Amino acid sequence: MSAGGSNSRPPLLPHLAGRPETLANLSLEEWDLVVRQAMRAGIVARLCFQLDELGALGKVPERPRRHLESARTLALKHMRDVRWEVDCVCRVLAASGVPITLLKGAAYVMAELPPARGRLFSDIDFMVPREHIGEVEQILLDADWKPEVEDAYDQSYYRRWTHQIPPLKHAKRSTVLDVHHTIVPLTARSPVAAEILAAESLPLGCDGQLRILAPADMVLHSAVHLFNEGEFDRGLRDLLDLFDLLRYFTSQPGFWEKLAGRAEMLGLTGPLSLTLSYVQRLLKLPLPDPAREVALRWQPSPLAARCLDALFLRALLPDHDSCDDRLTGTARWLLYVRAHYLRMPLHLLLPHLLRKSFIRPQENDDSKKFRLVQQRVEELLRLTPPSRGNARHADSPGQPD
Amino acid sequence: MRLSSCSKEELAGRLKGDGLFLHTGPFLSRIRTAVPAVVDGIALLYADNRISAHEPYADFHIALNRPRSLRRWINAQVHFEFDGLLPFKPLPLAQALPMLEWGLNWCIGFHAHQYLIIHAAAVEKNGFAAILPGAPGSGKSTLTAYLVHHGWRLLSDELALISLRDGRVTPLARPISLKNRSIDVIAETLPDATLGPRCKDTAKGTVALLKAPRQSVERIAEPAWPAWVIFPTFKVGAAASLVANSKSDTLIELGRNAFNYSIHGKNGFETLAGLVDNCACYTFTYSSLPQALSVFDALQPARPQASRIPA
Repeated sequence: MSAGGSNSRPPLLPHLAGRPETLANLSLEEWDLVVRQAMRAGIVARLCFQLDELGALGKVPERPRRHLESARTLALKHMRDVRWEVDCVCRVLAASGVPITLLKGAAYVMAELPPARGRLFSDIDFMVPREHIGEVEQILLDADWKPEVEDAYDQSYYRRWTHQIPPLKHAKRSTVLDVHHTIVPLTARSPVAAEILAAESLPLGCDGQLRILAPADMVLHSAVHLFNEGEFDRGLRDLLDLFDLLRYFTSQPGFWEKLAGRAEMLGLTGPLSLTLSYVQRLLKLPLPDPAREVALRWQPSPLAARCLDALFLRALLPDHDSCDDRLTGTARWLLYVRAHYLRMPLHLLLPHLLRKSFIRPQENDDSKKFRLVQQRVEELLRLTPPSRGNARHADSPGQPD
Repeated sequence: MRLSSCSKEELAGRLKGDGLFLHTGPFLSRIRTAVPAVVDGIALLYADNRISAHEPYADFHIALNRPRSLRRWINAQVHFEFDGLLPFKPLPLAQALPMLEWGLNWCIGFHAHQYLIIHAAAVEKNGFAAILPGAPGSGKSTLTAYLVHHGWRLLSDELALISLRDGRVTPLARPISLKNRSIDVIAETLPDATLGPRCKDTAKGTVALLKAPRQSVERIAEPAWPAWVIFPTFKVGAAASLVANSKSDTLIELGRNAFNYSIHGKNGFETLAGLVDNCACYTFTYSSLPQALSVFDALQPARPQASRIPA
């Protein structure tokens, strides 16, 4: 593998390839790197769960083990919070009867699927039928969720061009909801018809309001999210999600044929082909014959494959110095550009990017400056990091009143 | 090896190069910096701490660096890096040393969930610990500084680390962060104590760091049983008075002062309830430090600590 080549130490990836037992034999020096890379990739808690399942956690030297267990404690808290929050959403929306299809992490937790282990959350994603999204938004607004973006342009951007309404943040619990009506932006090169997804979604629980996507659709959503959305700071974690899901669903009869059929129907053969390629090569997931056939069917041309490899084999590694080579930054940037290209046609994208780069929120007058200083004071006093995407989770550590 | 046995040049060389491996309580940090104020600050304030030439593993890989931008020179700033990430906005270069301390606090608050972490000072005598939670301005750090120079041992000034297994307090013994007027008070009252430089205009006003007493740093491996939870309040002219608090109020107040109480869920509640059960709980009003000391010296542990809460 060319990526990460300049560094003589091995990247942590090979150890995760379905063989967490190899982790038990690492030296302290290797653990130092593994914990740092895993922290950056957001998979420390996952490693802890895996080692514990193997009964090998006790073999891990004490210092790294403390980090693993600490991360697991935090992940368990996130899982409790997600269950609680989903319950709150259900109660609020119960009277409306609108079906709520959980997506990504929330679905894994509520359906107790393998990728739920050790997962950290910044938001809860779910999908409702587009004709009900206004009603759902109003109910949530009335129940103390507030729009996280206030800027009028950003608001209308979400509503007009994306597949979700602007994220909603709960006034007290600070949890963030991403309410979708389909799984890819409306402007995407291959839009996905939500009705096709809804038709095969499965009920969770008895009243049937809470639902999850069918196994094949869940895999495809995870794939399109990873490969078409351009943000790879948690790329390895997302690829491991796919690894977990495929390994879990492969025993279902006819799963691979179904997956191929759905990919074609939804126009997501590209992300599926990339998924199968990289779970095999990076994570060494053995694929059964029907899966290999699927992989071969939409194989990119040799030239395209080489280009994609040059990008993804870099971007899918943990976003840590020890994994980077000279081209990693460029690869990540090109994938970001590619994601925008896949998301929007140029005649929409260019005006949007121009606006974003020239018109910034006015933060220049003194009161705003003062507010920022105040905020910094509070951050330091409370030991909370400045608000970043990944710190959005409710009750993130360090919030004494 | 003790940090003070290392020459200033050697120390600066390590900090500039591969990093200094500094032991603070249960944590091992690899620190890199070329900022002279931080090098001097570490040499002064961590003189009694254990350091290593090299360690295969460090809990926190941190660095304090000047940005590679105009801000390196004009209105110079400093960044706190956590393994290459920047968890905070930069601060003025003059605040680099307090930033190291805040950064280390952040590292612990965000990654050490093997403890229940309470925003409180903790001091020990005869094996028993007093936990002193206090809002900024309550005089918590001033009181702590005085006590630990008069027979009490410093466990921590800001972060009381409560073990979830047995409820004991794990020592950190890092420098005490004094603010504003209490700097002068301590400088006058404890002329022999080692006080770092004053940093003005920080988020907390003027800040100066007081080195942890040598004995406290040396007894880093000895945890202590919590016996008292005392909320200090400095009040001009007040006679020292200890008023009992209800256990339930104390529990709620401690929960609010804990950084990761909700992360621990049921475990956190049980640990905190066990702690409050085993402690005498007070609000302490004072204005004179010697008076405060005599009240603290007269404290008796509420009950024998033999029967402890199960893990």
